[in-house]
Amino acid sequence: MSVKLTVNNRSHELDIDPNMPLLWAIRDHLQLTGTKFGCGMALCGACTVHIDGQAARSCVTPVSAVLGKNITTIEGLDSASGKAVQDAWVHLDVPQCGYCQSGQVMSAAALLATNSRPSDSDIDAAMAGNICRCATYVRIRNAIHQAAETLPATSTRG
Amino acid sequence: MYFRHLKDPSSVWPGASASELSRRDFLKLTSIAGAGLTLGAVLPGPAASAAATGAAAAPALSMPFVRIDPDNTVTVLSKHVEAGQGVWTGLPTIVAEELDASWSQMRVESAPAKVPMYGNFAFDPKGSVQGTGGSTAVANSWMQLRQAGATARAMLVQAAAAQWKVPESEITVSEGVVSHAKSGKKATFGELAARAGKLPVPANVKLKDPSQFKIVGRDKLPRLDSRAKSFGQQQFAIDVMLPGMMTAVVMRPPRFGGKVASFDATQAKAVPGVVDVVQIPRGVAVVARDTWSAKKGREALQVTWDESGAEKRSTARIMEEYKELARGADAVKAAKEGDADAALKSAAHTIDAEFEFPYLAHAPMEPLTAVARLTPGKCEIWAGCQFQTIDQVNAAMATGLKPDQVFINTLAAGGTFGRRANAESDYIAEVAAIAKAVDGKYPVRLIWTREDDITGGRYRPMNYHRITAGLSQDGKVVAYKQRIVGQSIIAGTPFAAMMKDGLDPSAVEGHAAEQYDIGNVHVAWNAPKSPVTVLWWRSVGHTHMAASKEIIFDELAEAAGKDPVAFRLAHLGKHPKHTAALKLAAEKAGWDKPFPKEKGRGRGVAVQESFGSVVAQVAEVTVKGDTITVDRVVCAVHCGTAVNPDVIRAQMQSGIGYGLAAALHGKITLTDGHVDQTNFHEYTVLRINEMPREIEIHIVPSTEPPTGVGEPGLPPIAPAVANAVRMATGIKLRKLPFDLAEARAASAKA
Repeated sequence: MSVKLTVNNRSHELDIDPNMPLLWAIRDHLQLTGTKFGCGMALCGACTVHIDGQAARSCVTPVSAVLGKNITTIEGLDSASGKAVQDAWVHLDVPQCGYCQSGQVMSAAALLATNSRPSDSDIDAAMAGNICRCATYVRIRNAIHQAAETLPATSTRG
Repeated sequence: MYFRHLKDPSSVWPGASASELSRRDFLKLTSIAGAGLTLGAVLPGPAASAAATGAAAAPALSMPFVRIDPDNTVTVLSKHVEAGQGVWTGLPTIVAEELDASWSQMRVESAPAKVPMYGNFAFDPKGSVQGTGGSTAVANSWMQLRQAGATARAMLVQAAAAQWKVPESEITVSEGVVSHAKSGKKATFGELAARAGKLPVPANVKLKDPSQFKIVGRDKLPRLDSRAKSFGQQQFAIDVMLPGMMTAVVMRPPRFGGKVASFDATQAKAVPGVVDVVQIPRGVAVVARDTWSAKKGREALQVTWDESGAEKRSTARIMEEYKELARGADAVKAAKEGDADAALKSAAHTIDAEFEFPYLAHAPMEPLTAVARLTPGKCEIWAGCQFQTIDQVNAAMATGLKPDQVFINTLAAGGTFGRRANAESDYIAEVAAIAKAVDGKYPVRLIWTREDDITGGRYRPMNYHRITAGLSQDGKVVAYKQRIVGQSIIAGTPFAAMMKDGLDPSAVEGHAAEQYDIGNVHVAWNAPKSPVTVLWWRSVGHTHMAASKEIIFDELAEAAGKDPVAFRLAHLGKHPKHTAALKLAAEKAGWDKPFPKEKGRGRGVAVQESFGSVVAQVAEVTVKGDTITVDRVVCAVHCGTAVNPDVIRAQMQSGIGYGLAAALHGKITLTDGHVDQTNFHEYTVLRINEMPREIEIHIVPSTEPPTGVGEPGLPPIAPAVANAVRMATGIKLRKLPFDLAEARAASAKA
C-alpha cells in the first residue's frame, strides 16, 4: 500500500507494507544508505535517525508510526549540533571501520541539542545504546566534548 | 598468524594464481582502455591498475600501486582491505613520504584481486595469496610502497629536468611541488605526470634515509576515510545498489553440521515481495525485492534438516571432554626445552592451574553482506573482502566460472576482526551460489542478519589450559608445563598445509617458551574435532595463550615475593623489545609508586609479543560487589617504526576495548548443539560506559621496520585486568569471561 514519508524535508510516496521498519524503507526504497543495519532489535544504535528531532532506532520503528513526522537521516543532518559533532569526528579521527558512526553521530547530535555541556557520565548514558566494535569510545567522548565547546552553552543537564 | 608457516599456498589453492593475466593480455587490455603507458615498475609481473581504472580518464602516470592524475591527485592502490585498522591511511603515508607529496593530494582506492602483484608477501614469499591478516598490512607493504613512491618521484624529477633542461641533481621536491631554485621553475605532480608517464621506469631508485622522514611518523596525520565515515558517505557492501538488484537472506542449519533434507517454499513464496526461493550448498535462500520481504519470506519457509552429522552436545559437556583429554598422555608437541618434569620435581614451589575460554563470535558491526552480479562468462563481487584471491576462487567454484572471470570489488569492511578471512569464503560463496541458482536473472545482495552472524559459527575456538609451573629457591621460574585443548582453525581446510608435525601453530602461538627465558618448558596440544566451525579471531591464539601465561606469571611473582614487573623483567633477558615495552608502560603508569591501598582497588600488568610487536599494559580497576570497572589502562607498544602514531594509538584503544569485551562478557555457549546467544542482548559486547575513562598509549621509539598493530593491543588486557582484580580482592580469575561471583564461590569451596 502507498505511504507518505517525510525524510530530510522531502516528501516521498512509497508502495510498501506499513509494518516495514523505517530502516528498510529508508535504505532499500529511498536508497539513503548512510543509516545502517546492525541488529534489527534496537540493541546497537547503528540505525539511529531523528524523528521530529528525537533520536530513534529506525530498525524497530514501523513506517506506520512515523507518518506525518519529520525524519532526519545522516544525509540530512544540518543542525548546529550535528555539524559540530561531524567536524569534531573528523578532527579527532574518531571512525575506524566507520560502520556504526552514522548512528553514533546521530545520537551525539541529539544529545548536544538538549545538553550542550555534557559530562562524561552524561555522554556514557546517552551513547550507551550505540555499539562500536572497534571501540572508538574514547574518541567519541573526546569528540563530543570538543563539539560542545564550539556550541553556545544554551542548556546543561538537559 | 595466518600464513606464517605456509611455504607455498599456490600448491594448495590450485586456482589462487589463475587470475594472473599474461603480459600479452595485459598489453591488449591497456591499449583498449587507452590508458597510455602503464609502468610495471616495482614488482615482477604485469600491472593491473590501468585495466582496473580504464573507465576513468586516462591517468597520466600509472603504476601498480601509485597513480598520478592530471588533477594533481596521487592515488594509492591498496591491496589490503580497510576494516578500520587504518591501512587506507597507512599505505598512502608510505608512498607520500618517498614521493614528497602533500598529504592533501593523497587518495586511496582498492586494488583488484591479482597475485602475485597484490599478494601478501608476509603470508608467503611468492605473494601467492592476496589477503589482509596477521597484522601484516603495513609491514609487508613497507619496502614495496617506499620503492613505489621513490620510483614515481624519480620519474617526476626526470620529466622536470628534461622539460626545463636542467640537471636532475638541482631539482628538489617538497609538498607535491617539483622545483628548480636557480631558474625559479616549479611544477605540480599533475603537470609533470603525463611526461613522466612516458619515461622508462628506473630500476634502482634511492630510498630516503629514515632521518629524513617528514610524513612517516608525523604525530597526527588525518585519516583519509574520516570524513566519509562521519557523514554517512562511506560505501559498504550493504550499501551497494545495482539496477534491478534483489536482496537475499539464507536459512541455514540450526545446528552445526546439519544439512537441508527437504524444504517447502509455498508459504515463503506467498509473502509479498518474495521473488525466488532456491537451495544452495549451505541452506535455502529467500530472494525478495527488499530486505524486509526477504526476512518475512524466510520466517515463512519450511525446512526439514538432516542432523545426522550435527553437533548435539552442550558446551559444558564439551569442556568436560576437553578436561578429560588434557588428563591423557597423548598430545601434539608444541614446544619443548630442557626437562620440565624433572625441573618441576625439584622446584621449591609449584602452581597448578586450570583455565577455561569460551567460543567467541567476532560480531563486526556490519553483518556479513556481499553483492554478486552474474552475467555470461563473468561474475562481479562487491564485498569487504579480506582474502581477495581466495574469495575469487571460491566465487568461481560456486558459479562454475574460472577465477579470472570473477572480478572482486573490495569495499570498506564494516569491521572483520578475522571473520571475513575464511578458507571457504562463506558469505561470498553463498551470494555467488544464489546468483548461479537464479541464473543471473538479477544482481543479488546477500545480507546476514545479526542472528545469522552470532549463531553462524567460525568462532574463536573454545579452549582449556592446564599449567603447572615451578619456582626455584631464589624465585625464578624454572619449569613450565602447559597442556592446551582446543579445536584447530586450519585442520581440514586448505590452510592445513601450514601444520607442522600435526601442530596448528595458531592454536599455541605466544606460549611461554617464546615469550620468557625459562629453560624447562613443555607445551603440548590436543585438537578435539567438532562440526562447530572455528576461525582466527582478532589476535588468534594469543587471545588465550597470553591470558593464562600472564595470569600464572603474576601468581608466580606473588609466590616468589617479587614485584610483578621486576619478576617479569628478570625473565626477559633475551627479549629486549618486551623489556622496553614493559619498562615504558610501568614508568608511565607510575608503577614505582605504591598503588593507593583502597578497598576494591587494584593494579595489574601484562605483556605479550604478537604479530611482531610487543605490547605491555597496566590496568587499574575498581571492584564493587561482583562488578569490575576498569578505570585506567596505560599501554606501551613496540611496533618498530611508527608509521602513523595516531593510527597506532587508535588500534591500541581498539584492541583494549575489543579485548575487554571478551574479558568481561564475551561467550558463545551451546545447549544441545543450539547456540544460546542470538543478538547483542545475549552476546554482550563492550559499550561506552564500560570503556576505561583513561587510556594512555605510549610508543617505544624505534627505527626498525614497522610491525603489526591491528591485533597486538588485545592480548595483554584480559590478564592485566585479572591481575588487578586479584590484587583488589584476592580472587583468582582463571575462567573467561570473568565471573567474580562464580570465582568467589569456587575460591570459598577450595
